[in-house]
Amino acid sequence: MALRDERVTLAHGGGGKAMRDLIEEVFTSVFAPPGMEDQARLQAEALAEPGARLAFTTDSYVVTPIEFPGGDIGKIAVCGTVNDLAVGGATPLWLSAAFIIEEGTEIALLRRIVATMAREAEAAGVKIVTGDTKVVGRGACDGVFVTTAGVGVIPGGVEMAAGRVAPGDVAIVNGVLGDHGATILAARGDLALSSAIESDCAALGHLMVDVLTVAPGAKAARDLTRGGLASALNEIAEAAGCGIEIEEDALPLRTEVVGMCEILGLDPLYLANEGRLVVFVPEAEAEAALAAMRARPEGSGAVIVGRAVGGHKQVRMTTAFGGQRIVDMLVGEQLPRIC
Amino acid sequence: MQGFEIRVRGQVQGVGFRPFIWRLAQERGLSGHVLNDPEGVLIRVAGALDGLAEAISDEAPPLARVDAVEVSEFVFDTAPEGFAIVASQGAGAETRVTPDAATCPDCLAEIRGDGRRRHYAFTNCTHCGPRFTILHALPYDRAQTTMAPFEMCPACRAEYENPADRRFHAQPIACPECGPRVWLEVDGEERPAEEVGAVLQGAGIVAVKGLGGFHLACDATNAEAVALLRERKRRPAKPFALMGEIETIRRYAQVSEAEVELLRDPAAPIVLLQKAGEALPEAVAPGQDSLGWMLPYTPLHHLLLREWGKGPLVMTSGNLSGEPQVIGNGEAREKLAGFVDAFLMHDRDIARRLDDSVVRADPPMVLRRARGQVPGTLPLPEGFEGAPQVVGYCGQMKAAICLIKNGQALLGHHLGELDEALTWEAFEQADADYAALFDHRPEVVAVDLHPDFRASRHGAERAARDGLRLVEVQHHHAHLAACMAENGWPLEGGKVAGIVLDGLGLGPDGTVWGGELLLGDYHGFARRGWLEPAPLIGGDRAQAEPWRNALVRLDAAGLEGLADSLFPEAPRDLARQAAAKGINAPLSSSAGRLFDAVAACLGICPMRQSYEGEAAMRLEALASRALAHGELAEAGAYAFSDAGDLLKTAPFFQALAADLEAGVAPETIALRFHAALAQGFARRARSLIESGDAKAVALTGGVYQNALLHRLTCAALGDLPVLSHRTLPANDGSLALGQAVIAAAQSERD
Ligand SMILES: [Fe+3]
Ligand SMILES: [Mg+2]
Ligand SMILES: [Zn+2]
Ligand SMILES: [Zn+2]
Repeated sequence: MALRDERVTLAHGGGGKAMRDLIEEVFTSVFAPPGMEDQARLQAEALAEPGARLAFTTDSYVVTPIEFPGGDIGKIAVCGTVNDLAVGGATPLWLSAAFIIEEGTEIALLRRIVATMAREAEAAGVKIVTGDTKVVGRGACDGVFVTTAGVGVIPGGVEMAAGRVAPGDVAIVNGVLGDHGATILAARGDLALSSAIESDCAALGHLMVDVLTVAPGAKAARDLTRGGLASALNEIAEAAGCGIEIEEDALPLRTEVVGMCEILGLDPLYLANEGRLVVFVPEAEAEAALAAMRARPEGSGAVIVGRAVGGHKQVRMTTAFGGQRIVDMLVGEQLPRIC
Repeated sequence: MQGFEIRVRGQVQGVGFRPFIWRLAQERGLSGHVLNDPEGVLIRVAGALDGLAEAISDEAPPLARVDAVEVSEFVFDTAPEGFAIVASQGAGAETRVTPDAATCPDCLAEIRGDGRRRHYAFTNCTHCGPRFTILHALPYDRAQTTMAPFEMCPACRAEYENPADRRFHAQPIACPECGPRVWLEVDGEERPAEEVGAVLQGAGIVAVKGLGGFHLACDATNAEAVALLRERKRRPAKPFALMGEIETIRRYAQVSEAEVELLRDPAAPIVLLQKAGEALPEAVAPGQDSLGWMLPYTPLHHLLLREWGKGPLVMTSGNLSGEPQVIGNGEAREKLAGFVDAFLMHDRDIARRLDDSVVRADPPMVLRRARGQVPGTLPLPEGFEGAPQVVGYCGQMKAAICLIKNGQALLGHHLGELDEALTWEAFEQADADYAALFDHRPEVVAVDLHPDFRASRHGAERAARDGLRLVEVQHHHAHLAACMAENGWPLEGGKVAGIVLDGLGLGPDGTVWGGELLLGDYHGFARRGWLEPAPLIGGDRAQAEPWRNALVRLDAAGLEGLADSLFPEAPRDLARQAAAKGINAPLSSSAGRLFDAVAACLGICPMRQSYEGEAAMRLEALASRALAHGELAEAGAYAFSDAGDLLKTAPFFQALAADLEAGVAPETIALRFHAALAQGFARRARSLIESGDAKAVALTGGVYQNALLHRLTCAALGDLPVLSHRTLPANDGSLALGQAVIAAAQSERD
């Protein structure tokens, strides 16, 4: 082993041997990208199918703390980009991974992140084929930032777009909401919770493929990340030009998350998720889509939460009392509004 | 031929004004004519006036408001014969609609008499009856109202067309022959209306279709019925409104002359009256010393109270929890079926939901501005004559829109909380309605600074779409300006010290304000004193759960142990961590939350308020009892310590804790708190006046609905000039007016 240091120093970003050792030992030995050129050279058979299209996405990941119950930044970086491809109807194939590392970061932490990424990528059926590292001085970033880009293939005939959602379509969510957001808040605040909540972080590529197999008429899907279900539904309603109505009683929520939200005054509809999506399917395909989701562990908690409607263009929630409340997109953080 | 022209301005259309003039002319043997035009009523008479101008002001019909009678000379081309009512002239004539008005004495006599309208539930005339609640569109003609499906019978038509009749041009005119009908519905089956009496007397609950929406009614003297209503409505404590005839009300409440006048106002509002005499079940208004009473205001109510049932009745709004009042028959059957044993239905549609207005006599104040008070304009103060047309879009709660045009403001009716879907639809309807009523084309849109208020977003979107100027107004500056405008404070009248005690509003510094001393005018403001900020643990949750506010205040005063012992059940550890780490715990100087904190310390609904303002209202009731015992002099007040601009709360809570320890009565503690708040802010306001910075003190913000606090503040201010709310709400109900005048003032300068 050439790498003896316990922590990353600026020398690891200097372009010399220290850097090469870091890259080889921590990254390429684990990810095993094809070839040693500074680019991935990929077979394009999947694209050659008639009507197939290339999907390409990128995201940067920043999370505090870097490791949390149920995952770490590496898991989010793989799953997040896989999910971005998946909700667009693409089968995810290849990822890139770029790291910005703060001087002083433990090498052991990097190894753990990379191990997670390799494991998640394998499980999700994608390959991490190229990457980059940069080291920055103390305070210039917070620990580790990861950027992943992803390439996938959308098979011919699949056309997922929020604008296609129409009144009558059914909205299905693949599991309980807000576990990730609640976990991060608790971890960040060192909150002494009576029971542990874990992040829901998961890759949803296989789940989406299964859904599209049994529900080829699926209209659109969104991964529920920042802003939660509320924001995703608002985006869809706006793009579709119709309303969406959800049932408060139908929302999948873990008791622990509800309890924590009550104490902290947060609305689980707005909490972030990293392994949840909402998919809109025609009514006739709803049961099949639901069953396909439930057949997978990451979709075992799938439920119908509502449907697209005509008559108004808002997202509304029918409350337990029977009234309807408008669920808006928030401008920023949840700010108190009761005067 | 020589003659005179009389121009009458004010609320003079749709109130029987032209037949009134016709009658005055007949009495005097005058010839000429009268007509409506966009400016009001125009009268032309030949020859002498014979005291006509004076009579117009002195004898005006009950619903008219005469602002000006201007007499000038006029020359007729040909001498008129007789006196005529001529058709309206000019675009915009007949575009006014007056508020709904309670049944007049003449109509009441007809209902109780033997004529053709005996026991007829839709009797009305130009002096009374429905207006805004039945109006679909302007001009205000029968065809544009929900009376359109009912074709007038010959007898009604004759009255309608006879200028000597008090039903001349009464658009909702009706009789049993041709008008709407009323029935009782039990289990989907139609029954005679009078059977409603048996249902009420059997402790049943009845949905009653009124003027602006459905009520849920039950026998107010029957504890079982009241308890059942609370249970079915899932409304544990929020006071129920009551309806009774004046003799009935006197049996249960103390009613002053001023209060009788308020009750008998054509608006027939709910009037808050001190309990006295016989007691009603405590469940009518738990923990309250006053009750909200109203008189019957439609013929249907009169029949219900005197002929069919026996008063008094609980009359609470018929709605699902959180939703606004139900207005449609089908909607009522669908939504209220689980609450009621019968429906008292009728077949005249309600075009627009209007809640009952709520007022108080001492100190006089409108608490909720709705049925009977809208639509109406109020003149803006001097200096706003040339203001551009502005629309103010209010806050999130107690929403009400305000339009400004031609030096007048039109403040719309109470809508409610805007996240509620039906309330939002009512907001959009009101936005369109009032614009049409006022022929309004705004150049400027004024909204609250809070980006997540639905109304703020709506305003910003409209401004962007229509290319209008958008002005964002700080919440408490808007409260201050609303109070100044209501009191006629001129545009350039100088600065006012505004004691703005409120729930909360976003400050320009990103923290949450609500217990402020602002020095300002329509153009701007400076923050010159405020309650020491404390974290609002859980944001809006802090409003629902008073203990959260007590916890942060006690902790800050070094009284953690007391907090632990007062709230053993509360999740204090997590709450404290959230406060320490700043997780959804924004700093706030809210006075409303300070009330909640003190209430929680005294054991008043510490874990949860069942309705907005419960803790504060019950704290006020408690303190008022101590004051009634004459305790203020001996009780003294707690004090906030001054630290620069901050009113520090720690010493205050330490004194309160010592009192609790010493076993001082909760009434006394509540009173000492009220006095502390009043005196703490009054002293600072006084110094702004003494230094010449301010010319008057304004008392505003939702907390100033508290009559005791109002009185104590006025006492502490002594002879300083005080501006306070009387005809408009101190709470967010008048916020849009403040926003609109501030935006107008800004636009003037540019
Ligand atoms: Fe306010
Ligand atoms: Mg993305
Ligand atoms: Zn009448
Ligand atoms: Zn008739």
